[in-house]
Amino acid sequence: MSDRMPRASGYFRTGYAQEMALTKTRLERVSLGAFVIALLVYPHLASPFYLDLASQVFLASIGALSLMLLTGYAGQVSLGHAGLLAAGAFTAGILSKELAAPIYVTIPAAAVTGAVLGVIFGLPSLRLRGLYLAVSTLALHFVVVYLGGEYETKRGFSTGITIDTPVIFGFRLYGGKIWYFILLAFAAATLLICVNLLRSRSGRAWRAIQAHETVAEALGISVAGYKLLAFVISSAIAAVAGALFAYYRSFVSVEAFSLFLSIQYVAMIIIGGMGSLLGALLGALFVTLFPYLIEAVLLKLPDAQSYAGVLFAVNYAAFGVVMILFLVFEPQGLVGIWRRIQSYFLLWPFKHKPVAGARK
Amino acid sequence: MQLTVNIVVLASIYALIACGYVLIYRVSRVLNLAHGELMMLGAYLLLATANSFSGNPAVAIAVAVALSLTVGVMVYVFLMRKMTGEMVLAAVLTTVALGILLRGVMVLIWSAQQQYPGQALGFSNPAIALPGGGRISTFAAILVLMTALTYAALFVFLRFGTWGVRMRAAGQNPLLAAQRGINLHAVYALAWGLSTLTGSIAGMLIALDSGLTNTMVIIGLKAFPAALVGGLDSLVGALAGALIIAAAEVLSIQYIDPLLSDVVPFLVLIAMLVVRPWGLFGTREELDRV
Repeated sequence: MSDRMPRASGYFRTGYAQEMALTKTRLERVSLGAFVIALLVYPHLASPFYLDLASQVFLASIGALSLMLLTGYAGQVSLGHAGLLAAGAFTAGILSKELAAPIYVTIPAAAVTGAVLGVIFGLPSLRLRGLYLAVSTLALHFVVVYLGGEYETKRGFSTGITIDTPVIFGFRLYGGKIWYFILLAFAAATLLICVNLLRSRSGRAWRAIQAHETVAEALGISVAGYKLLAFVISSAIAAVAGALFAYYRSFVSVEAFSLFLSIQYVAMIIIGGMGSLLGALLGALFVTLFPYLIEAVLLKLPDAQSYAGVLFAVNYAAFGVVMILFLVFEPQGLVGIWRRIQSYFLLWPFKHKPVAGARK
Repeated sequence: MQLTVNIVVLASIYALIACGYVLIYRVSRVLNLAHGELMMLGAYLLLATANSFSGNPAVAIAVAVALSLTVGVMVYVFLMRKMTGEMVLAAVLTTVALGILLRGVMVLIWSAQQQYPGQALGFSNPAIALPGGGRISTFAAILVLMTALTYAALFVFLRFGTWGVRMRAAGQNPLLAAQRGINLHAVYALAWGLSTLTGSIAGMLIALDSGLTNTMVIIGLKAFPAALVGGLDSLVGALAGALIIAAAEVLSIQYIDPLLSDVVPFLVLIAMLVVRPWGLFGTREELDRV
């Protein structure tokens, strides 16, 4: 990930340990440490509202990272991410409701459901590309959501399934702070899994497939296998995110997993910046906080109460505008802006990077 | 008999909407996922003109139709033109974003409540008894006729009209078309305009028939499988696809489960994608361009 970051003097490795290390320079280590400390201290200072915001960002990050793996790196577009989240949430909900299964059973079960669904979502990708693949995932999203709705009506939970507070070894997982740390742990684990997958064989295979399938096949990469693998891993992670969402809200309902949610996840990776894990995190942060930002701005305006009823419509419209602005004017996303700022300072007083491969 | 009538009406709705998807895809290879919203916008435009020209329904309808054509052209000129030459997928996602934007704006302007442009125009909607025991509402009958008329007009236009031939040429090979002096931007803008126009006509007639809420988007989205099942670049295909989707939907509601109505079109779509991704009448295209 950090290989592409511009370094004024270049960064030269002198041993395999340096090659394997996750952080390359002291600055990276220090800033990472500061960031971790900030994350650990945050819940003790923040009000419940801000705690909830952070938890939502973590949840969104898990989903966005998994979608980034699939779309940003393996190049397989999915418009059905909400379907996978729904599958995970419903697996957790149904197991805990029907069988009173504990959380340490339901979350792995959600991952397995996600993986199986990943194979189903991924099978069309062996034959279809681009637009048609996106359409097939869109269709599958509707099928999954229909099945969830069918379960709700047939079992008489027409408004949704409520989930009891999960208990692990007599310890009740209840309260904002505990869930903040649980979600933080899952988000961090997801990030670590993604980083490591991407710098290993599978990550290289995915990038090759994204760049050019035929060439990837000619290089000896099993294109079908790695495409399915990307779908399976991404879907499993997404389903876990869905299950966590169900526990966090202690409530599951198909209404939460509309097509709009899928679009929001796609928006996260576009706004964040395609092909970058940092982008997925930034996108998750941006898209999660955006509606609250709009709300805060609207309530600042005079006669705020009259806007309260139309808040969601304003949100929709503003969200559409932001997405269009990014697609048209900043296809690299927030990461692109960040990189430009970085290279501005690194290259200063010059304006342009030296052309790659130019003679000195 | 009533079942057949239902299938035909639903098929005409889907066909009228689906030809909008086909027009844009055929000419510019962009899938317009905002079509449902544009169609709903057409219906709301009719509501707006109905309120301002309440004494004069013909003028209201004409103005609404003209406005919807303008909206389609403007969408291309101000938004989609910037996306030509970008990745196809980026263009598709732009239409998705446009759809979200439109949906928000429409709720802001016209609220989410059920509205009846038919009443505002002073139209009544009596049911007509058909020979054989079926019944059809007046506007549903008009919709069926309108679909037939639209398709006939589009066939004539694309086969014999100067601009129709230009549109086909641009769809077949944009580079060669541009070198022959065809103004690609004008052709694309026209495609967007016509697509929005046909979609809006569908939206208006549905609104006149059964009222207008912001759930109309779902109908637009369900018409999309019809376009794809028939083949995204074939108008005949859109007709056939609409008939298949409508039949599958009506029959499964009748005999299996009413809840299936929202998912059946997509099940048919998945089945089609597995068997024949390019659709019944579509050209088999190389999806991966090097």
